[in-house]
Amino acid sequence: MILNASGCLDALTAPDVARSLDAFVTKTVTLLPREGNAPVRIVETEVGMLNSIGLANPGIDRFLSDVLPRLEELGVPLWVSVGGFCAGEFGELCARVDSHAEVSVIELNLSCPNVDGPEESVAELVAAARRSTRKAIFAKLSPVTLDFDSAARAAQAAGADGLSLVNTIRGLALDARTLRPVLSREVGGLSGPALKPIALAAVHECYRATGLPIVGMGGICTGHDALELVAAGARAVALGTILFSDPAAPTRIAGELARELSIRGVSCLDNIRGAAHEPTFSPKPNPQLEVERLTVAR
Amino acid sequence: MGPYALLRLARGRLEPGIPGQFFMLEAPGRLLPRPMSLCLARPRELAFLVDPVGPGTRALSSLETGDRIMVFGPLGNGFRLDVRSPLLVGGGIGIAPLPYAAGALRAPPTVLGFRTRHHAEAASLIPSAEVVVEPTFVTEILPAGDFDVLACGPEPMLEALRRIVPGAQLAWEAPMACGYGACWGCVVEMGGQLRRLCVDGPVINGGTHGSPVGPLL
Ligand SMILES: Cc1cc2nc3c(=O)[nH]c(=O)nc-3n(C[C@H](O)[C@H](O)[C@H](O)COP(=O)(O)OP(=O)(O)OC[C@H]3O[C@@H](n4cnc5c(N)ncnc54)[C@H](O)[C@@H]3O)c2cc1C
Ligand SMILES: Cc1cc2nc3c(=O)[nH]c(=O)nc-3n(C[C@H](O)[C@H](O)[C@H](O)COP(=O)(O)O)c2cc1C
Ligand code: FES
Repeated sequence: MILNASGCLDALTAPDVARSLDAFVTKTVTLLPREGNAPVRIVETEVGMLNSIGLANPGIDRFLSDVLPRLEELGVPLWVSVGGFCAGEFGELCARVDSHAEVSVIELNLSCPNVDGPEESVAELVAAARRSTRKAIFAKLSPVTLDFDSAARAAQAAGADGLSLVNTIRGLALDARTLRPVLSREVGGLSGPALKPIALAAVHECYRATGLPIVGMGGICTGHDALELVAAGARAVALGTILFSDPAAPTRIAGELARELSIRGVSCLDNIRGAAHEPTFSPKPNPQLEVERLTVAR
Repeated sequence: MGPYALLRLARGRLEPGIPGQFFMLEAPGRLLPRPMSLCLARPRELAFLVDPVGPGTRALSSLETGDRIMVFGPLGNGFRLDVRSPLLVGGGIGIAPLPYAAGALRAPPTVLGFRTRHHAEAASLIPSAEVVVEPTFVTEILPAGDFDVLACGPEPMLEALRRIVPGAQLAWEAPMACGYGACWGCVVEMGGQLRRLCVDGPVINGGTHGSPVGPLL
């Protein structure tokens, strides 16, 4: 199952790309409209990019009245990403979305590096959302923690139905000439290939800790990248930065993933999910272990 | 073409679009594609004029015959061509979309400005153009009369034109990651609001082709 990463596709300006996905995830919606941060908002780095969009969105009222009806016409399952600045806001956002049958999942953005987030814990935020909706809730966690294990368990205990892993990590890029920050907000969220090993570690750890369904994302560019996230434990994968350079990536990566499976003689993704957790080799004791100083042959 | 490279690509299935529209070109070795205005639409070719100012544009200008790159477009809003008496104004690499526009408008009056004589060699793309080199600026040689200005160039030139010819169609630039409305990275202020230049521009005051963008796949 291939989704877009929140904030990395506008289904209304690129409906064909959205239709090539198994589900479309909206950009994070907040209670009030947000214009977002001043430009410059994006910059390329050696192995990724930084963005400081700052959750630009029309706010939940206009989203529900103007945007959602048009998204529904796409005929693609819809996930709505919501972002609050406190637990109460997460609760209110989920309550507002709850009555809309066309929304299949609510993703809680608990991890935007470009705004000052809530003070409450992941558990409190997820619990507030859980009280306000019967829809499936996916908690999107930050990769900036040494303890995915606790964050994932806390989200699960508070009622999350799944996890989205990972959001971007704060980074800084300097102008080559002036040595001043390129982005107007100075720091931004790092995405792209640099994030893949971090995403793999997060998915690996959270899968082991909770067994919850996971949407894996972070630097996926190829079917093999997607396969690795599934092997680490992801049930679905989401494409972010790769969509910027290749709008045809969903179809391409689905094809590459199918080939990866057939090369391995695996009939479906479920059979390879979590493969990274299975013990595959048991070291055998070496029967003879001799030590000798040898000369390089001429 | 002086310091600029004319990158000629076999057209494939891509349509050239309208003058002022742009394409996203894979820059080999870089993560993000680079926006480039279509410079010339020949029968089987799309040609782009590239100013090698950084890693991406240097990679594009050192492509060799037979190399393959991913390209998508045409994107954004182009120039409105149904005007009474068009005048093309270009500065530096900003002349890139004007050869295609000049062809579509049957060689309208054109004024081009460059930093140096070397840069001005690119003016050969529009043989009928009047050309000036700094310290003279294009705004000093605008012909008298009631013209519909279509312009592309550095920001100070566009700002100056906007003051002289309020209704001018101006093609602006912003850093872009996707070119098709996906990243919200390219916003500029338009009418007091931050709007995506790749969707609502790059030509402002020009023709609107409206979102959604055409089929990308
Ligand atoms: C609609 C549009 C049409 C364009 N048409 C042409 C053209 O026909 N020919 C041409 O040579 N150039 C054109 N440009 C500018 C060109 O895209 C940039 O010069 C190029 O992206 C710089 O990349 P770089 O890696 O060489 O340099 P760097 O400066 O190192 O670029 C790093 C990043 O900054 C962004 N960036 C830096 N400067 C600019 C700028 N002035 N405008 C936009 N993005 C910038 C780039 O997108 C890139 O992601 C156009 C830009 C836009 C927005
Ligand atoms: C331009 C941009 C905007 C983003 N906006 C959001 C957002 O609004 N909400 C969110 O949860 N994540 C947002 N993200 C993070 C992505 O959803 C994703 O978690 C991250 O980019 C890692 O995936 P990638 O490496 O494939 O891009 C954004 C990322 C980018 C690059
Ligand atoms: S360049 Fe991505 S939205 Fe305009």
